[in-house]
Amino acid sequence: MALLDIRLRAGYLFFAVAIGHLVLISAQVNSRTGVPILETVTFGAFAEVQRGTSAVLNGVGGAWSGYVALRNVRAENEALRQELSSARVEIQRQRALADRSRSLESILQLGSSTELQIAAAQIIGAAASPDFRTVTIDKGTRLGLKADMAVLGPKGVVGRVVVAGPSASRVQLLVDRNAAAGALIERSRAQGVVVGAGDNRLRLEFVSEIADVAVGDLVVTSGIDGIYPKGFAIGQVDTVEKSGVTYRTIGIRPAVDFSSLEDVLVVLTPTPAQRVGAVDAEAEKPE
Amino acid sequence: MKAAWVLLATAAAIAIQTTVDRWLAAGAVDLVLVVVVYNALASERVTGLLTGSFAGLVQDVLSGGVLGMAGLAKTVVGYLAGIVGTQFIVTHSASRFVVFFLATVLNAVIFMGLYELLGLRHFGAPFAAVAVQGVGNAVVGVLVFKVIELLPGAVERRRAARSRFRR
Repeated sequence: MALLDIRLRAGYLFFAVAIGHLVLISAQVNSRTGVPILETVTFGAFAEVQRGTSAVLNGVGGAWSGYVALRNVRAENEALRQELSSARVEIQRQRALADRSRSLESILQLGSSTELQIAAAQIIGAAASPDFRTVTIDKGTRLGLKADMAVLGPKGVVGRVVVAGPSASRVQLLVDRNAAAGALIERSRAQGVVVGAGDNRLRLEFVSEIADVAVGDLVVTSGIDGIYPKGFAIGQVDTVEKSGVTYRTIGIRPAVDFSSLEDVLVVLTPTPAQRVGAVDAEAEKPE
Repeated sequence: MKAAWVLLATAAAIAIQTTVDRWLAAGAVDLVLVVVVYNALASERVTGLLTGSFAGLVQDVLSGGVLGMAGLAKTVVGYLAGIVGTQFIVTHSASRFVVFFLATVLNAVIFMGLYELLGLRHFGAPFAAVAVQGVGNAVVGVLVFKVIELLPGAVERRRAARSRFRR
């Protein structure tokens, strides 16, 4: 019974109460990135667990693919070599097109604003709850990542950084229920907002009644949200339902396969809106 | 019984603090801290830390600050004052004065330090204000001890209470 007497365990009680207060404080106070300290610390700690798990799984996967699954590698090599050759031709064609665009741009005296600074990152974990479509990537504030930076995949938009820890960050996928991005139909330039449906689907909303939208149209970012740079692929329209003149549902098949994401690119270059925001914040800072 | 006393004393301290502070120089006395240190010295460290934690949280809630700031500061102060009360003989007015004064300084260091560290509030150079409050708390604390010791049977009750806590 004496062991249970809390008075004999005053030191433990003191630490428990002190940690309780620290947790309480952390839950209310935001870090410099605007995220509660509690969330940053918890996320930082959990990200390390995810990093370890991912490393173990990658090791096992690497051993499997490096030693066991090498049976069809010769044929695959040949196919890849052919693919590389065609890609090289395609690159040359694109380079020629880019040169032509540059010369046209200089003719029109427009500055180039498409150069983006990016950081490659690997996905090391998924969301702890199935209600949230987020992933954890292995890069954080040490490499210049911040909240609200756009995350892209090889085929299009993936999402945005929502929590940036020192060495890992949480990315909200575009298919999350709370995710949205300014978008436009590439063909007709009709504007709208792409929102996540929670599963692997997207919807285009707030589209004008007179807008021209058809199945198969490519949907790209419009850049008006201040997060995603303009012109990156979001997906393709695959359903258009109308009720009278009003668009009822415009379904989009995402360009990115969210179920098999492994590597992503984080856009470090701030968008024009973020640059304006940073200048405003700097101006409002007391001297 | 002890919990009821702590609740009552804290409530009374806050009530008096919010009433009297209008007439006194602002921040000259922190009656809640006096209650915490008194309880810690009169009983032992667990009572000190629990009183500090509770009273600090109440202060946080009523002051509209970040919950836990005063709670943590007063928890540490209550705990350490309790240790001082059980390890040393703190029965003389002068030694009590010193304990109350140092408790005030420690409370200010933790409370203001946390706010400064988190960049939530800046206190400038509060040395004079802390010193004044330290003296104010010490004077009130010593007086509280004197008044309570004048009550019949107070010393015997305190000795009996402390001997129960000592191992």
